[in-house]
Amino acid sequence: MTGEAAVTARSAVVEVTGVDKVFGAGEAAVTALQGIDLAIGPGEFVSLIGPSGCGKSTLLRLIADLIPPTSGTVSVNGKPARQARLDRDYGMVFQAPVLMDWRTVARNIELPLEVMGYPRAERARRSGDLLRLVELEGFEGRRPWQLSGGMQQRVAIARALAFDPKLLLMDEPFGALDEMTRERMNLEVMRIWRETGTTVVFVTHSIPEAVFLSTRVVVMSSRPGRINRIVEVDLPQPRTFETRESERYFGLVTAVREALRGDTESEGDAVGEPGADRAAADRVRAEGYA
Amino acid sequence: MTTARVAVSTPRRISLPTDWLPPAIVFVAVILALEIGLRAFNVGAFVIPLPSAIAASIGEQWPTLSRGIAYTGGEAIGGLVVGLVLGTVAGLATAGWQSARDTLLPIAIAASTVPVIAFAPITLNWFGPESIMPRLVIVAIMVFFPVMANTIRGLTEVPPAALELMDSYAASELETLRKVRVPNALPYWFTALRIAATLSVIGAVVGEFFGGPLYSLGIYITLETGHSRYPTAWAAIVVACALGIGLYVAAVVAERLAIPWYAARQSAVG
Repeated sequence: MTGEAAVTARSAVVEVTGVDKVFGAGEAAVTALQGIDLAIGPGEFVSLIGPSGCGKSTLLRLIADLIPPTSGTVSVNGKPARQARLDRDYGMVFQAPVLMDWRTVARNIELPLEVMGYPRAERARRSGDLLRLVELEGFEGRRPWQLSGGMQQRVAIARALAFDPKLLLMDEPFGALDEMTRERMNLEVMRIWRETGTTVVFVTHSIPEAVFLSTRVVVMSSRPGRINRIVEVDLPQPRTFETRESERYFGLVTAVREALRGDTESEGDAVGEPGADRAAADRVRAEGYA
Repeated sequence: MTTARVAVSTPRRISLPTDWLPPAIVFVAVILALEIGLRAFNVGAFVIPLPSAIAASIGEQWPTLSRGIAYTGGEAIGGLVVGLVLGTVAGLATAGWQSARDTLLPIAIAASTVPVIAFAPITLNWFGPESIMPRLVIVAIMVFFPVMANTIRGLTEVPPAALELMDSYAASELETLRKVRVPNALPYWFTALRIAATLSVIGAVVGEFFGGPLYSLGIYITLETGHSRYPTAWAAIVVACALGIGLYVAAVVAERLAIPWYAARQSAVG
């Protein structure tokens, strides 16, 4: 847990304290998250990684105040998550681009600006700037279905950045893209993160992606979803194509993979043996991070 | 009369000759084959008159038929407008309100299953034989349900992520309605309009079987058949079909103008 000490409560952009999330009630209740504590400082790029069902997307939605926690508190920019949402403190990118087919690319980017009442000239100026940022100049008049999957997701990122949020929440944004497009998009996101100085919380199930992008990787385990370990990624900035070939990178990928494996192995063994899950997680913690 | 037809059809562009030429050729070929076949086998006019005889009747009876088109078309369009307005308002009013929807939809379904044949004579009692109202009411009732059902579907079948996106902007319900739900509903609504356009002519003509001016298409068909003047009866039938097709085409054109992106996406995505 090396990273957390660095982020004090006062400076934190995101602060999750003692959060549990239970879906359903009674017999059908499912504990999606249990005892989550996480603080994310300004300018950080934090990835949430874990097996399916570990609650990583749920945690992101709690930060976004799209769902409420069952217990515990979530604060964003020092205020309750709900207030932060009402103040439009964050931009969100989903796994699907969620573009409106009845709008052009430029007007999709302007959608949040329209909702927030920006004047027309300002909207046009911003969408022009953002099209340049995501390298889609010349596509402003196209329709979403005329773009490739990677281009659509770039439009979604531009839209999330349109109102200059200081926090960007990304929920497996490249999960549906092929490997090559994904690597290109990773470089793109790195560049945007550097240029805008935005704090990013990024949900993924790709270990290489998490290590390449992040300053910290939060490794989660499932049933119930808990934070298993936090891996500090000290790869030098800016990260480039060569970063992926460095020895340090491979070492970190291995560290994250091992932290994850501790969990998934126990999942396989744990049939009818509820304690095994927790025991495996504790073993990983005890080993520490090499 | 009508069951729930809320399926979304996939419109295509009808601009290239390759689009409209094949059906046109088939149509002409069928008419020619009918003409030759009916002559060869000496089929009586009470079964099907010769297409050429029907065409000649349309020419001869045009003064009467054109009045019929105007009158019956007026009924169809009038009822269509009333049904569209009521169906759309009912859809908008109930889409965001589950319990209202659950209350109103069964009633709408029940109304749409009332057989026109049974209902038409009763509307005649309400408004009298001279009034245009019976047909307006019949058409409006037939149109109401598909419009309401499709409006509700379009307003509610929105990708959940699109709603979450609007939530993330802290958008108001009204804003979400304007920017996401209504645009999403337009293709559904125009599908309902196409269905309603053809239904409206059927409703008007069937309604006229029970009363209406002598030149109205429904009465005209009944009278001419009664007098064994089959070519003129068929002339009115063909004209009624043309009226229905005309309204359908108008609905398609309106859709192209209102939501050009939809047809473009359909032809791009397939």
